Amino acid sequence: MSNLAHIPLTSDEESVFAKQFDETLDVIQNLKELDVSKVNPTHQVTGQTNVWRDDVPQPELSFSQKEALANSAHTHQGYFVVPNVFGQEGGDEN
Amino acid sequence: MKTKNNSLAHLTLTETIKGLKSKKFSHAELYQEITDNIESQNSELNVYLSLNQKALAEAEKKLETPLAGVPIAVKDNFCTRELPTTASSNVLKGFQPQFESTVTRKLQEAGGVIMGKTNLDAWAHGSSTETSDFGRTLNPRNTDHLPGGSSGGSAAAIAADLSTAAIGSETAGSIRQPSAWCGTVGLKPTYGRVSRFGVAAMASSTDSPGPMTKSVADAALLLNQIAGADPRDASNSSQPVQDWTSFLKKGVKGMKIGIVYLDIPGLEDIRSYYEEVIKVFEKLGAKVEIVKAMDPQYAISVYTILQRGEVSSNLARYDGVRYGNDRSAFGEEAKRRVMLGTYTLSKGYADQYYVLAQKVRSLFMEDYQKLFSSYDILISPSSPGFAKKIGATEGQGMFGELEDMLLEPSSITGLPGLNVPCYRDPKTNLFLGLNIMAPMWREDLMIQAGQAFEEATNWNTWQNNN
Repeated sequence: MSNLAHIPLTSDEESVFAKQFDETLDVIQNLKELDVSKVNPTHQVTGQTNVWRDDVPQPELSFSQKEALANSAHTHQGYFVVPNVFGQEGGDEN
Repeated sequence: MKTKNNSLAHLTLTETIKGLKSKKFSHAELYQEITDNIESQNSELNVYLSLNQKALAEAEKKLETPLAGVPIAVKDNFCTRELPTTASSNVLKGFQPQFESTVTRKLQEAGGVIMGKTNLDAWAHGSSTETSDFGRTLNPRNTDHLPGGSSGGSAAAIAADLSTAAIGSETAGSIRQPSAWCGTVGLKPTYGRVSRFGVAAMASSTDSPGPMTKSVADAALLLNQIAGADPRDASNSSQPVQDWTSFLKKGVKGMKIGIVYLDIPGLEDIRSYYEEVIKVFEKLGAKVEIVKAMDPQYAISVYTILQRGEVSSNLARYDGVRYGNDRSAFGEEAKRRVMLGTYTLSKGYADQYYVLAQKVRSLFMEDYQKLFSSYDILISPSSPGFAKKIGATEGQGMFGELEDMLLEPSSITGLPGLNVPCYRDPKTNLFLGLNIMAPMWREDLMIQAGQAFEEATNWNTWQNNN
């Protein structure tokens, strides 16, 4: 699960979390006691669906390139610099 | 409580605005007292993570605005351009947003001044403010105890008079529960009433920003300023903004009130205090009945699954490349929730867990709809007990969910809820809170009832007869 979620863990953390997961999974089993045959899932409580806007640029709501790069530790000529993923299995650098 | 009862820092938001506009006192005098309080208490209480050094200068320009330049403490999961925004996580330590959240933009446009950013459980995952990456906040009412969470910093800012008003956010109890534990007022609006733009997303289907204040009138006043349609938030509603202060004097005569969750095991020690609450409402002319609602134990499971699923997706953006630090900086609680969320959404398990949780949410919505066809509002205890002691969360995988059990059903269904103090223990100085719930979009009913209860009792620290 740690790989799937890209969360690096130590082996001590793995054993603590494994036990806590089991406890949590036990708790959530109680939903299976309920009869949900007559209901649909509720994804959105306000009842709204497909809230669209026109597909036009909105400069007042967009970042300039400078703003977009402002918080990155590593940039190069207007690009984000990302960790090297070549030569790793599955492209996972962890 | 170290503040003198006649000090400017002790005034409510409503009184402060009135005092400033009628020139009874100046911004300089007000901000001096608040700053003095912060200087003498913040290092012990750990309420503020950052402070606005230009607060007074900004305030002095804002007298002719609705909020008149009052200081407002803002939970540190709201993006603010002028102050760092960390969500109390090492992943965002030192992060300076390049944009402003809608709530803080609206507050500032209405004349409010951000006093500083308050501590929270990291990423708002918690009900104690003990799981912040920057140290726990203490409960100003009794510093051996926790303030609750995740908006514990904002609740404590109010309880200790370190700000005139505050803003928090609730996903499943995070406004109402710390308000209950700190003996303050907390208002969770209907989901969709207040824009989530610029709030670090947790569970996108339930997150609700809201006011945390010294009185019900203050909460109504702030709600007026922060509510409303926002094209930046696709889940935000175009329901018209009302003047919620116009409902303060309506009283509860003839109101039908259902009290729920009193029979939940574990509430035996506090039940009698809520029986007193029933008597207060009956004396005011309301009709109160004890009524059975769907077991909130199921809401714990629904919330656990939904929140962790949605948070695993929402925290995926923190890759440490475009901003922030890398994912190994996530604290224990965040790691736990992201992994469980990824699991419950993954192939083969989504139906078993996520979709099932969404269906049980529908059952809760139907249950509330049925109850609201017989009652105008529903009330319940906000918390199963008083504020817990420091250290209570250690080693607990599901501390928050159990503490918030009574609030989770209304949070996951999007209902509005209001916490008002309803008892203070004279030995410990700790409080119990009353949770008032109304149908979707009916904040007016809970404000009406909350105000009536506050006026008829002595539990509010800032009321003139205290």
